[in-house]
Amino acid sequence: MAQEAELGSDRAVLVRFRIGQSGWAMVGVAPFLVFALMFLVLPTMYLIVGAFRDGEGNFTLNNLGDLFQPSIRSAYWISIKVSVASAIGGAVIGFFLAYAGVMGSLPNWIRPTLMTFCGVASNFAGLPLAFAFLATLGRTGLVTALLIKYFDFNIYSTGFNLLSFWGLALTYLYFQIPLMVLILAPALDGLKREWREASAILGANSFHYWRYVALPILWPSLLGTTILLFANAFGAIATAYGLTGSSLNIVTILLYAQIRGDVLHNQNLGYALALGMILITGLSNAVYIWLRGRSERWLR
Amino acid sequence: MKQSRFGAWLAIAIGTVYFVLPLIATFEFSLRLRRGEYSFDAYAIVLGDPRFQESFLYSTIQAVATIIVGALLVVPTAYFIRLRLPRLRPIVEFITLLPLVIPAIVIVFGYLRLYNSSSWLPLTATTRTSDLLLTFSYVVLALPYMYRAVDTGLRAIDVRTLTEAAENLGAGWTTIMFKVIFPNVKVAILSGAFLTFAIVIGEFTMASLLDRPAFGPYLQLIGANRAYEPSALAIIAFIVTWACMGLINLFGRTPAMAKR
Repeated sequence: MAQEAELGSDRAVLVRFRIGQSGWAMVGVAPFLVFALMFLVLPTMYLIVGAFRDGEGNFTLNNLGDLFQPSIRSAYWISIKVSVASAIGGAVIGFFLAYAGVMGSLPNWIRPTLMTFCGVASNFAGLPLAFAFLATLGRTGLVTALLIKYFDFNIYSTGFNLLSFWGLALTYLYFQIPLMVLILAPALDGLKREWREASAILGANSFHYWRYVALPILWPSLLGTTILLFANAFGAIATAYGLTGSSLNIVTILLYAQIRGDVLHNQNLGYALALGMILITGLSNAVYIWLRGRSERWLR
Repeated sequence: MKQSRFGAWLAIAIGTVYFVLPLIATFEFSLRLRRGEYSFDAYAIVLGDPRFQESFLYSTIQAVATIIVGALLVVPTAYFIRLRLPRLRPIVEFITLLPLVIPAIVIVFGYLRLYNSSSWLPLTATTRTSDLLLTFSYVVLALPYMYRAVDTGLRAIDVRTLTEAAENLGAGWTTIMFKVIFPNVKVAILSGAFLTFAIVIGEFTMASLLDRPAFGPYLQLIGANRAYEPSALAIIAFIVTWACMGLINLFGRTPAMAKR
């Protein structure tokens, strides 16, 4: 009897100890949760709620409807076009580079060099990147000048302009391609040598192998990463701002101008503009996560 | 087989041209300040500019503050999630991914509305609290990379055994945290820290909208008003980024990047 009681109290001590521990754990995690709430969740919620309110604070859907006025719609449209172009370009070129580095049977030093450089280039964005491209392909840039001098070819006479849609997409490729390489290289590593050998034994050539084995396995990573690149370009602002000032009307630059000086003359429309951006990047990321889950089935 | 290797070389060659040409062009452009001859005058002007020194110092301090605040927030969280609260893991991981989903400009827009000078917590009202708000915004930006790096670092060590050993020796939670866990994930924190530094040092959007005298807005000012100095600054920024990545490789040597 006495022993049992002792055991019981032991258990009580144990239970209290456990609660104490997970209580401590909660205390340890609490600062993070409070921080996330204050500096991530609440500010975003404020904008989302504001998007559904009019000037007096009543519920309305007018702000969302106003997003479809021509000037705002065209800003979204240019942003989407630049992001799609740079994402697809980055994905295709990045795929070939990653393939060359991982499976191209090139000298051993190529791969680490490529990966390190991609780590640097994917972080070399923003204003310095804009300056670099102005010095390269701007009106007095080195490549522009050399082409005129040696080939008597002025790229600006063909209608090309660095401060335009194509110029911006070309500049974005500088961080999009490396990002593609960094994400795709591990996926390419996951393609087992045996699959290629098995297909070769069954009489498949290189085309058959890619068409029926490699691409069906890789497509979720390829498509998912492309979508990720899209979201990456869509939220970017500094590169575009450094390149074109505010002359190219993409949605991040419009939002920047709205925050600085209420150019839309309606605070709540500004919130709706932000909500539209969150919806687009949020949706792309959701698709990316879903596709990544699919790709992990084979590439483990 | 020979053909595929030719294709691989071709891809590498085209990639090299696309990535190296802008660097050469930028460097060449930065030397053109003096008419008719190459010189490093643009670098001398930039490095001698007191606004360069002040803004670069300011951003360096911001980066260091971001790394400290980030590590203090992320390490205990990742530790307790791993050890005691695995049920919270999906929530915490979702939160750490949010900064990659919500564009930076949207986050700072929210700050300006929620913490303006007439709000319940007027963080933008004074210089000191604005600096703090910028640090917090950078912590948010760095969160995905910092969390990944630390969580990977914790996976490599036996957290449970280390904790129990420390407990048996009579250590309290602060001792365990600062004398056992932090030293063991030092390498992971460092690799997250250098990535954070590379992101924060030239950051433009948040610093500009919070109206702080950081390096990013200085770059913008020079870019809008000068011809050759921006190229010199781009080269300097590229070197800083290289240095950060080189240090990550040096300390980290973890497979793949901390990035997703």
